Amino acid sequence: MPWSNQGGGGGGGPWGPPPGGGSGGGGGGPSPWGRPPGGGGPQAPDLEDLLRKGQEKFRQMLPGGVGSGKGVGLVALALALLWLASGFYRVLPDEQGVVLRFGEWVRTEPPGLRYHWPNPVETVFTPKVTRVSRIEIGYRSGGGTTEVRRGTTTDRDVPDESLMLTGDENIIDVDFTVFWVIKDAGKYLFKVRDPEATVKKAAESAMREVIGRTELQPALTEARQQIETSTGQLLQHMLDEYQTGIQVTQVQLQKADPPAPVVDAFNDVQRARADRERLRNEAEAYRNDIIPRARGDAERLSQEAQAYREQVVSLAQGDASRYTAIYNAYTQSKEVVSRRMYLETMEQVLKGTNKVIVDTTPGAQGVIPYLQLPGLTHTTPSSTAPTISQQQRR
Amino acid sequence: MNAINRTLVIAGLAVVLGGLLLSASLFTVTEMQQALVLQFGEPVRVIQTPGLKAKLPFIQNVVLLDRRILDVDPPVEQVILSDQKRLDVDAFARYRITNPLKFYQSVGSEMIVEQRLASVVNSALRRVLGNVTLLAVLSQERTKVMSDIKGEVNNEAKDFGVEIVDVRIRRADLPEETSQSIFARMRSERERDAAEARAQGQEQSQQIRSRADRERTVILAEAQRDAQKARGEGDKSALKIISDATAKDAQFYAFYRSLEAYRNALRTEDTTLVLSPNGDFFRYFGSISGGVAGQ
Repeated sequence: MPWSNQGGGGGGGPWGPPPGGGSGGGGGGPSPWGRPPGGGGPQAPDLEDLLRKGQEKFRQMLPGGVGSGKGVGLVALALALLWLASGFYRVLPDEQGVVLRFGEWVRTEPPGLRYHWPNPVETVFTPKVTRVSRIEIGYRSGGGTTEVRRGTTTDRDVPDESLMLTGDENIIDVDFTVFWVIKDAGKYLFKVRDPEATVKKAAESAMREVIGRTELQPALTEARQQIETSTGQLLQHMLDEYQTGIQVTQVQLQKADPPAPVVDAFNDVQRARADRERLRNEAEAYRNDIIPRARGDAERLSQEAQAYREQVVSLAQGDASRYTAIYNAYTQSKEVVSRRMYLETMEQVLKGTNKVIVDTTPGAQGVIPYLQLPGLTHTTPSSTAPTISQQQRR
Repeated sequence: MNAINRTLVIAGLAVVLGGLLLSASLFTVTEMQQALVLQFGEPVRVIQTPGLKAKLPFIQNVVLLDRRILDVDPPVEQVILSDQKRLDVDAFARYRITNPLKFYQSVGSEMIVEQRLASVVNSALRRVLGNVTLLAVLSQERTKVMSDIKGEVNNEAKDFGVEIVDVRIRRADLPEETSQSIFARMRSERERDAAEARAQGQEQSQQIRSRADRERTVILAEAQRDAQKARGEGDKSALKIISDATAKDAQFYAFYRSLEAYRNALRTEDTTLVLSPNGDFFRYFGSISGGVAGQ
């Protein structure tokens, strides 16, 4: 319980003795029993019992000790003071003191040392209003700590709570945590029985309603934030309607996964998507590899062709200008130049070659009948050719 | 001593009796409670405000009832929706005792009212959900469905002296067998998606690769085309340059080019020429005048 009935506990101590002293003492002072109005319904049987016992004890004490009325009066006064003193109580910094007078809520006290009329006139509840409580739905974390633990191995799944239907009739596995604080201590204490259980049921209902409006795929991915927000709003609305005095500070989705039996298939989709990316990347790598090479090759072809073009043009220009020069010279003196050109060329040609001169003039004796033409070349390994060709060479 | 003792005893007795009388005639009703005062078992007064209250001692007694919002959690109910789908519905209701007299007379205790309300809630669930489809239960109409159920339950709850604050569907799950087939469907949907993704991967891969191949072929072919064009242009301009230079005297060019060709063609040393001494080259070979030997 987030609060404890401190007033009741505090009042219990001083309560023990008075029945004996007060009733036995008779006319002495304002006995606690005179003032309280019977102490409320449920306490009545106990009281009578205590009274009887107290009286017996007091009779036993009488002969030995306090005999005078004065003494009895003093005792009664002391007891009364004790009773009054039992009304002090502390409200801790994270608490609020809710004071009931005869069961009616009369005031709410801030933290500090406070006083209330002692039991049974007033009682006080001190709920912890600033403490953030958490409720785990769909799982139970292993430790009892209040800090958030995600995905630890000690978490235990509660499939009954976590499996729910989505708007497209799929099933999703949702774990979430609700954080809440007491907004209004009075309402929290008096308007609803078992507010904590109420928060849990309402939260489950709200989450299922929100998930029921959401389709599976968004619920698994981008709509998570929105699910948290709308669940929080719906839950707050419900809790306000019940007047629980509770403020939901946060709804935190711990997990929104496909249910265990199909999680493999879902993972396989992820893998397939990764495969798709991979294949595309590989193909792009291939493309990025061959296209620049092809461009390079193309450039080479183009440059070679241009080189050829420049080359033939330049060569042609060279040839042409040489020709033109020679032609110009030729036009100066045609006969001499052409003869000179002819002779120089022939000289050059004949200088480097093997020659056989055969007189073909009618009447002259040719050598042709005696020679086999292939044998004239020095490369032919015939018996006669080497000697001839060596003679011919100069 | 004796007299004092007697006074003391009498005073004591008076206090005890007074206390008893007070405890029998006063009672508190807390913030969370309301009370019904009974006289010999017959309700005579309803108290709905907290505080210190009085009654006649001994002949009246008090029944304290809760004034807070209370909870009814009926067992899980399987309902058949209008589209013949089965649904395990776990609903809960919140109620408040608004008429303690009626409550006391009709049901008497919370335990009994919870049982009664549980069956009322469940039958209202069956009736209302029997008219809607699964989609409606899941979707936006859920709120309307719940308020319909609340209305139905409230009508009957009035007879118990209670007011229904809210009826909510906590869980609405498919029965186990149906869940299995849903899982199977989800799995097959995912398998479909996975297969599609993989095939798309192949598709894209082939697309990219074949486009790349095409692009390469085109690039090379275009390059070759341009190269041939450039070569052709080169050849053309070379020829043009030559022909421009030689156009003036075709005969001389023939002579010139022939000489050049001889020089190039016959330069190698393994050429063997069989010559007649009658050629122009040997014009002076036979005679000094040069006019006799050759024509």
